[in-house]
Order: sequence, then structure tokens, then C-alpha cells
Amino acid sequence: MSGFFERLLGRSPSKGSGSTAKERLQFILVHDRINLPPERLQAMKAEILEVISKYVSVDREDVDIFLEQRDRDSLIKAEIPFSGITDQDEARKRLNQPSAAGDDTLDDG
Amino acid sequence: MGAKVVTVTSGKGGVGKTTTTANIGVALARMGKKVVLIDADIGLRNLDIVMGLENRIVYDMVDVIEGRCQLRQAMIKHKQFPDLFLIPAAQTRDKTAVSPTDMIQTADKLRPEFDFIVIDSPAGIERGFRNAIAPADEVLIVTNPEVSAVRDADRIIGLLEANNKGPGRLILNRVKPEMIKKGEMMSAEDVTDILAIKLIGIVPEDEGVIPSSNSGTPITLNENSRAGQAFRNIARRLNGEDVPFMQLTESGGFLQRITRLFSGGQSE
Ligand SMILES: Nc1ncnc2c1ncn2[C@@H]1O[C@H](COP(=O)(O)OP(=O)(O)OP(=O)(O)O)[C@@H](O)[C@H]1O
Ligand SMILES: [Mg+2]
Repeated sequence: MSGFFERLLGRSPSKGSGSTAKERLQFILVHDRINLPPERLQAMKAEILEVISKYVSVDREDVDIFLEQRDRDSLIKAEIPFSGITDQDEARKRLNQPSAAGDDTLDDG
Repeated sequence: MGAKVVTVTSGKGGVGKTTTTANIGVALARMGKKVVLIDADIGLRNLDIVMGLENRIVYDMVDVIEGRCQLRQAMIKHKQFPDLFLIPAAQTRDKTAVSPTDMIQTADKLRPEFDFIVIDSPAGIERGFRNAIAPADEVLIVTNPEVSAVRDADRIIGLLEANNKGPGRLILNRVKPEMIKKGEMMSAEDVTDILAIKLIGIVPEDEGVIPSSNSGTPITLNENSRAGQAFRNIARRLNGEDVPFMQLTESGGFLQRITRLFSGGQSE
């Protein structure tokens, strides 16, 4: 999963401290407004992915779950591509074994 | 018709609420409006000093509410503008001496006689803030172009919305254009992008502000001051006039940019 934080940090145009101030504020306010600190947001994203993986096979490389601001309102958006498994047995197995195999980033139940 | 009640508030302290209240009051009075200013900062009264009226105080807001005087008796008339009044805050009382209901009732008594009632809010989100916004028809949020002040302004805007007093309009105070040019300060556009509310004024940092408080003559009375001009513009906008902003360029929507930021360019 390409990191929200890395992306945010990596995007700084580093012109002057004014743009740093703006970027820091945008980051701070996203969390202030929904009253959800960054670690909790990460945990929530992991759990969302976990739940979806119970039902369908997910292409974890291309997962993107992110917060968006519309005026002063916040919303969460998720782009979660399926990895195209059509095998019925595989699907049934998933239903019985909630934890998606082969994933090392998510291991909470 | 009745007065419009305008509350000046901020979140973070020391960003310029009292300076703004005094200057907007004087600017409106100069426009021929009937204006009463209320200092809602109980225990830390300040507006009387900035207005140069501290020697004329006999009664204050708490005296009115506790029935020791008539509302009229607590209203101090300005020396220069006979239609400009100040109701001072009590200096020695605790904040609970006034309630939001008291403020609404007081404002309602004043409404028929005035064009504008401007309330100077204390910093923070406690009782004094709730008192100050209770009678407001419009709230002005003062902030400085600094991370902590803008963050606190955002919190206040959220609270205003939760109390059906939002979103309010923003006054960006103590702006230093030369720092913005160097990229070392957020511009008005940056701040309104972040807060997503409308701007009513941009007030530059001005060395004349402190001397004007020293002498008790709000800077807007100085024709040559840039901050004074900014406050006069705010007064005219409050009065419904369409006054263009000094060199504020609008470009690209807030939504577009923040969407890009949080989606890494993948948004639709
Ligand atoms: N545009 C300006 N240029 C220069 N100095 C300013 C400007 N605006 C305010 N100040 C100064 O900043 C200080 C704080 O201003 P002010 O008392 O109006 O803030 P406040 O928000 O009312 O503070 P408090 O939260 O304590 O009530 C004062 O010394 C004032 O002179
Ligand atoms: Mg003050």
C-alpha cells in the first residue's frame, strides 16, 4: 500500500517555510477535524483492507485509501483493486479463513 | 430594522481581536453608523484602553446584569463620535457573572437603537467565548498567518458551525507582504484555502498599531496607515459594500488542490 504519509512528506515543494506551514496545517487539520490521530487512521485503513480481503482477493500493491476535504467536510475514499481470482474454491476458502494469506503488513485480527 | 450583532473571536489569544473590534467600531462610526461595542472579556478588560475610554468607566457589564445600574448608564460615549458607545467588561468579576442568555437579552435591548453591535470575545473556548457568540448574527474570526493560530481558528470555526453560528468570515491580521514574497509566510490565499471560509479582511503588520493603543486612538483614524485602511475596508464590507481586496489573487480551487494532495494525484 503506497503510504499516505510518505506521499504527503515526499510532496513538499520545499520553497520556503511558508509552504511548509501550509502543508503541516493541512495534515494537522485533517486529523483535528475528524478527531482521529494518524496512528488510528492507519489502523482503520488496515482494518478496512482486512475486511475487504475476507471477501475478495485484493491487489495490495495498488490499494489507496485516503482522506479528502470538501470545503470543511472530510470524507474517506478507497481505491482497492481486486486481483482477479475467479476460482470458486479459492473464494469459498476465503469466506472460511478471514485472514488473507501472504500478507505481512496486516496481522491483527 | 435593528442592529447587526458582530462578534470578533479567534481561538488563539493575542492575534488582534481587541484591536480589530476597536478599529471596526471607529470605522463604522466614521461612516455615520450608530455603534455600540461590548467588551466580553470579563476579568481582563482591554477594549476601554485601546479606545482611550478607561477614565470614564463608572459601571460595567456585570453591574448591568446584576441590576446595579441601567444599561444606558454603563454605555460610555466616545469623545469624538457621539454615536459610538462602549460597554466595558468588569475587571474584578469571575467569568460566570455573565451568561449567554444575559448577552442575548442585552443585545436585544440595544438592537432597536443601533446599526451595529460589535462584541470583543476573549480568547479560548470557555464561557467568555460562548457569551460572546450567543447574540451574534455574524462572527469574524481573527487569525495570524502562523500554524498554531490557524489551527486554533479551525477549531473555532468548527465550534461555530456546531452552534449554528458558522461559518463566519476571516480576518487575517499581522500579514507581512515582504515575508510572503520571500516564501516565508503563508499568504491570505493559503490560509483561506486551508480554513475554507470567506475572507473579510487582510490587515498588514503595522508599526503604528502599538502607538495608537498607547494613546487610545485606534489606528483607523490615521488616514495614512495601511492597517487603518484595511480596517476601514472591513467596516465597509460589514456594511454590505463590495470592496476589492488589496492585491489578493485567487487561483485554483481549494478543493482541487487538497484533493490532489491527499490522493497523490489519483483523484477523478
Ligand atoms: N496589525 C497589527 N500590526 C501590529 N501589531 C498589532 C496588529 N494587530 C495587533 N497588534 C498587536 O498585537 C497585540 C495583541 O493585540 P490584541 O490585544 O488586539 O489581541 P487580542 O486577540 O485581543 O488578545 P487577547 O486574546 O489577549 O484578548 C497588541 O500588542 C497589538 O498592538
Ligand atoms: Mg483582547
